[in-house]
Amino acid sequence: MDEAGIGIWGVPLAIFAGAIRVSTPFIFVSLGESITERSGRINLGLEGTLVFGAMTAYAIAVMSNSPWLGVFAAMATGAVFGLIHGFICKFPKVNDIAIGIAMMQFGLGLAFFLGKPFIQPVAPHLPSIPLGGWSDLPQIQSALNINVLFIIGGLLSVMLWWAFKNTRVGLVLRVVGDSSDAARAMGLNPDSVRLLATAVGGSLAAVGGAYLSLFYPGSWNEGISSGQGLMAVALVIFARWNPIGCFLAALLFGGAGALGPALQSVGVTQGYYLFYAAPYVLTLVILVATSSPTRSLAGAPGALSITK
Amino acid sequence: MTKLLPMNRRSFLQTTASGAAAIGFAPSLFSTPAAAQAALTVGFIYVGPKDDYGYNQAHAEGAIVIKAMSGVTVVEEENVPETVDVQKTMESMINLDGASLVFPTSFGYFDPHMLEMAKKYPDVQFRHCGGLWKEGTNPMNTGSYFGYIGQGQYLNGIAAGYTSKSKKIGFVAAKPIPQVLQNINSFLLGARSVDPAITCQVIFTGEWSLAVKEAEATNALIDQGADVITCHVDSPKVVVETAAGRGAFVCGYHANQSPLAPEKYLTGAEWAWGNVYTKFVTEAQAGTPLGNFVRGGLKDGFVKMSPLGPGVSEEARKKFDATLAEMMAGSFSVFKGPIKDNKGGDAVTAGQTFAEDAIELESMAYLVEGVVGSTS
Repeated sequence: MDEAGIGIWGVPLAIFAGAIRVSTPFIFVSLGESITERSGRINLGLEGTLVFGAMTAYAIAVMSNSPWLGVFAAMATGAVFGLIHGFICKFPKVNDIAIGIAMMQFGLGLAFFLGKPFIQPVAPHLPSIPLGGWSDLPQIQSALNINVLFIIGGLLSVMLWWAFKNTRVGLVLRVVGDSSDAARAMGLNPDSVRLLATAVGGSLAAVGGAYLSLFYPGSWNEGISSGQGLMAVALVIFARWNPIGCFLAALLFGGAGALGPALQSVGVTQGYYLFYAAPYVLTLVILVATSSPTRSLAGAPGALSITK
Repeated sequence: MTKLLPMNRRSFLQTTASGAAAIGFAPSLFSTPAAAQAALTVGFIYVGPKDDYGYNQAHAEGAIVIKAMSGVTVVEEENVPETVDVQKTMESMINLDGASLVFPTSFGYFDPHMLEMAKKYPDVQFRHCGGLWKEGTNPMNTGSYFGYIGQGQYLNGIAAGYTSKSKKIGFVAAKPIPQVLQNINSFLLGARSVDPAITCQVIFTGEWSLAVKEAEATNALIDQGADVITCHVDSPKVVVETAAGRGAFVCGYHANQSPLAPEKYLTGAEWAWGNVYTKFVTEAQAGTPLGNFVRGGLKDGFVKMSPLGPGVSEEARKKFDATLAEMMAGSFSVFKGPIKDNKGGDAVTAGQTFAEDAIELESMAYLVEGVVGSTS
């Protein structure tokens, strides 16, 4: 083809670049949710937290001209959302899934309401690290413009994986998640642990939102997430509550999502609706392939309401 | 069986509906100011936020224009879904705010929502953006207006054709419907009028508003060497920012996006709804009947071009101005045969010429030769 284009190599490059660009919100939401679910509670409201985080980060970045301040503000609001969820779920006979759905709607509605004046202004973007300097191709240089949050997400997943296994905090979390009774017998208060776990989960999800509005695609509007928060909650189950699994699943999702536009850009233009379904088809295939009729979900926290 | 009954369900509903309308109008009798033969409340309904740098902003800018007219009160509601919600919005605008002219601006508001309301409130005028109104089928207190923006995309194409170095331009499109296809084809034909070797790569995202996918599509186009990008999605903000961030030039759509990328913005095809709304409101205030099927293009003031940006060369500016002048004179047509489609068939045969208001163009189902993409 011509010199400026990179032809068919655009497809693997787009999948690779898409995996890095698109996956970060999935990484943060699913890591947050894995912490919450490991403590035995499901927070379906993270879609709302994600969108509210995106709005907060954008608004604060516009007003203060500092994207990092936006990220921290988003973390704070995410934690508040988590605390509300955790606090309500503490009461007996409250269903965490129903509260999650309510919190999701609340977060979306509040973000739309408060975010109104910030659709037009342009916020400063989060910095990225140009790792593609070795290549002459602008396509590769652009693909390797990696955002700091992506790297933090990757490190965090390894750290969490290690911490779940090897630290006292991780052990406490897992005990509470597997059996409230055992936790009480050990002198732990399951409600407080879950409250904190939901708050931490919420603040991580909000970081995912900050990435959406402050880096890629890098603008605030009401359709910015289009369901990514919900998909990320599903990814946690897909990844069997393993933080490293969450990271890889998010990469897979990001890459598969880039397939549709990339194929069209090299001229494979028939049936793009099918390519857009690729991430979901992939999820189904992997779930079916790894399921077993003889054992229950490996790694599922025992106190989680979906396993009851 | 229904025919045997003295009153069937439909006529019963109609009677109750007009009763409801009479009750609904009672308050407005009291609130009508004495010296206001021209007092008019106009309702605008948007499907998204009215400052989206796109489709909705274009309409809201039109609303701002008529706000300045004397005697006119404007009521607006944003983010109204194309469901029964829009009926509730219309009812509240009519009953609570006293609106007697309503502009539901989104395509999906027409059938059944606006038609239902038009039956229920026969004294209120409804004008819908999108051009679906049919005489004889739809009530006379409804109507539709739309603009021919294809020529604007042709002008975008001229600016793009002169600016592109790679001879490859890109189009991020939502769905392969006739209006979108016409814009894509016009963009490419405009560019080819400068250099017949230019190709246009199109990527369909499948939805009107999907920020992440629009950004991915823009990146994929640029990765393949496209260096001027335009789009037809509800809000071009993401496409414009992403493309400019990668160093590509952009042509705008719907509204003026130049503040988002002042250096990279070449020009843009914008709606000029202010003129259209002014005309409707003037007619309503004068008591003359409002048009039911209102159409127009650049020369009618329905569509305008964004001011040319700093990236546009002197040569491009000349051709742009000359073509614009021809369009304003009404002597220009974009679809002038012979034009082949991109599957090798004949799109427009030799000797055939379609004016911009030709009805044939409204069922366009092909992409012209030079567009890389597929309608399905």
